[in-house]
Amino acid sequence: MSEQTTQYKPSITIADQQAAAGKGAREFMMDVRTTDLEVNMGPQHPATHGVMRILIRADGELVTGAQPHLGYLHRCAEKIGENVEWLQYLPYTDRYDYLSSMNNNLGYSLAVEKLLGIEIPRRASMIRTICVELNRIASHLVAFGTYGLDLGAFTPFLYCFREREWLLMLFEKICGARLTYSYLRIGGVFNDAPPGWLEEVEQFCDVFDEKWVEYRDLLMMNHIFIKRTADIGVITPEQALDFGLTGPMLRGSGIDWDLRRDMPYMLYDEIWKAGVYQIPLGSGAQGVLGDCWDRVYVRVQEMVESIKIVRWCLANIEPGPTIAELPKVLRVPPGEAYVGIENPRGELGHYLVSDGGKVAVRCRVRGPSFCNLPILEDIMPHTFLADSVAIIGSTDVVIGETDR
Amino acid sequence: MSMILIWLLITVACYGAVIGTAALMTFAERKVSAAMQYRYGPNRVGPFGLLQPLADGVKFIFKEEVIPAGANPWIFKLAPILTALPAMLAIAVIPFTGVIGTFEGTEVLGSIANPEIGILYVLAVTGVGVYGAILGGWASNSKYSLLGGLRASAQMVSYELSLILAVLAVVATTGSLNLHEIVAGQSGWFGWNVFSQPLAFVLFLVCSYAETNRHPFDFAECEPELVGGFHTEYSSMKFAMFFIGEYTAMVVMACLTTTLFFGGYLVPFWADAPWWMGLIAFGAKTSFFLLLFIWVRWTLPRFRYDQLMHLGWKVLFPLALINIFVTGLVISFGPGAN
Repeated sequence: MSEQTTQYKPSITIADQQAAAGKGAREFMMDVRTTDLEVNMGPQHPATHGVMRILIRADGELVTGAQPHLGYLHRCAEKIGENVEWLQYLPYTDRYDYLSSMNNNLGYSLAVEKLLGIEIPRRASMIRTICVELNRIASHLVAFGTYGLDLGAFTPFLYCFREREWLLMLFEKICGARLTYSYLRIGGVFNDAPPGWLEEVEQFCDVFDEKWVEYRDLLMMNHIFIKRTADIGVITPEQALDFGLTGPMLRGSGIDWDLRRDMPYMLYDEIWKAGVYQIPLGSGAQGVLGDCWDRVYVRVQEMVESIKIVRWCLANIEPGPTIAELPKVLRVPPGEAYVGIENPRGELGHYLVSDGGKVAVRCRVRGPSFCNLPILEDIMPHTFLADSVAIIGSTDVVIGETDR
Repeated sequence: MSMILIWLLITVACYGAVIGTAALMTFAERKVSAAMQYRYGPNRVGPFGLLQPLADGVKFIFKEEVIPAGANPWIFKLAPILTALPAMLAIAVIPFTGVIGTFEGTEVLGSIANPEIGILYVLAVTGVGVYGAILGGWASNSKYSLLGGLRASAQMVSYELSLILAVLAVVATTGSLNLHEIVAGQSGWFGWNVFSQPLAFVLFLVCSYAETNRHPFDFAECEPELVGGFHTEYSSMKFAMFFIGEYTAMVVMACLTTTLFFGGYLVPFWADAPWWMGLIAFGAKTSFFLLLFIWVRWTLPRFRYDQLMHLGWKVLFPLALINIFVTGLVISFGPGAN
């Protein structure tokens, strides 16, 4: 953090103006010095995708410093987790990263299940995997679509939302909610998929495979898009490791790390061993390794990989129970557990401590957006103001989760 | 006396047509973009939502006028006028159709005025348009607006030279600055200037997008980073004036593209077409370029402002120079040289 960005200091103070008023205009002109322009991006700003505030120092159009300010959406999620019962906390997990609620449900459920030491029915795990991967696609569609919007391409955004709409309909069919699902419960899933649902998911996969090519050609390979994103906001692999980045931000810098493969949970180990999916990495294809284009392209490729996982699950799903037998009032054995899962934005970790009671003693959440955000301060200086939008968009942070 | 009446009639008709088209363009913009994006677009006000521009206008009139604290009120009020006025002034010389008839021994032409320096007049007048954005951005007392205004000025210096050079190539081939004569010079098989000056046409088209502040060069109002750019602080009719100015400028640029490169009101393969056919031909050609404006806007991402400067100075400008040099060579030493 550089000296200038730590504190807000108006460039011309009232005292300066008063002093200038005392002098003649000519003397004032002699005193005029150029100062950096301080632009306050947010909390209400079209580029920040939520109530994030970034204080940008700009020398004309050149950004010389940037500092993200957080806390506008703070809702004490962790403290609530220590005050409500295990099952009751589940809906709160929906609300940290509202674009990937299924993943949040999964992270919390897996942590509690680890404490409980229970076995999850296979069908439940299958449906979980399908939901989580579809949710990843839905989330990446927003990330990709709004990124286009940030760069001025409006139409791809609405194309993305067309597919996302279908996904939300699917979620609505399976659990009744479109955004905050609370569908993945401790012990399994809330209910079995309704008849015909799995077939519709298959239909979606078929359509999406075609549409994906359209998105790639329309936006990713667009010459102007490449000019706007290649070589911009470069995160070197060392930097990515230093800042503890996870998810597409890390893989965009070419580091091969995906929790689904490297710290497997649920069925992901089996799926990886079946050779179903690959882990897309940034390659610097259009510019330097770790630039905005790489990060966005990793997300775009991940959508196809998710479709492959969903197809595998659809092919291998068998009838059976969808939730483990659990008592109505859950008492979790004493102990502590940490489970990190691969959220669309990176590692979502839940660290839970239980003393055997009805509520958690400690409920700590490691949010990917929160951990991915501070790098902005390092990569935003020495870019143009227009690039700052491209860089913020490429980090794909969800403010609901940075603040929780 | 009656000559003045006819002249008045033509003036009203031309202005009505262009400003009406500009209003309809706001509607078309939303309808076409809706069709591209699987939406319906406005469809509540009037048949097919056709009265939407009217409803928008009424809404703008009823909105509160806000002049931000610390703004320079005079310049703040002047800026929207400066944006809307030049585009409307440029309408005066656009030839919508050829000779309508002879009245009291004078030929009645399909344009309000027919000065010998028609194209020069258009360039001079539309060049003023950018001051609206600069002054509006500066007078608003807002950092976003200021940056928008700065970008507008940076943009102006990067494209306007190429625009003028592209027009100059046409002027050189035609040998006249008069717009009616430029149109008349494009008759015959493949007579359109787009065939003899394809490079100038492309340059002109690209520059006209920058001139009208349209996508992919709309940095001055680029909403993701500058919220609304120079018009962030504007509300009510002042905001509407910016809009009218922008859309009228679009119509004018489309008319100019038609006039300079696509034979204006000439009907293909019909040399002695009646004047109303010319009007229809002109309308059809212009509509295509208007549609192109919308099409481009909803398809492409936006450039970065320094990339436009790069494009303007390092690509368009040298190309325009080469074009005019080659044109000059062909005119001086080519087959038709005397």
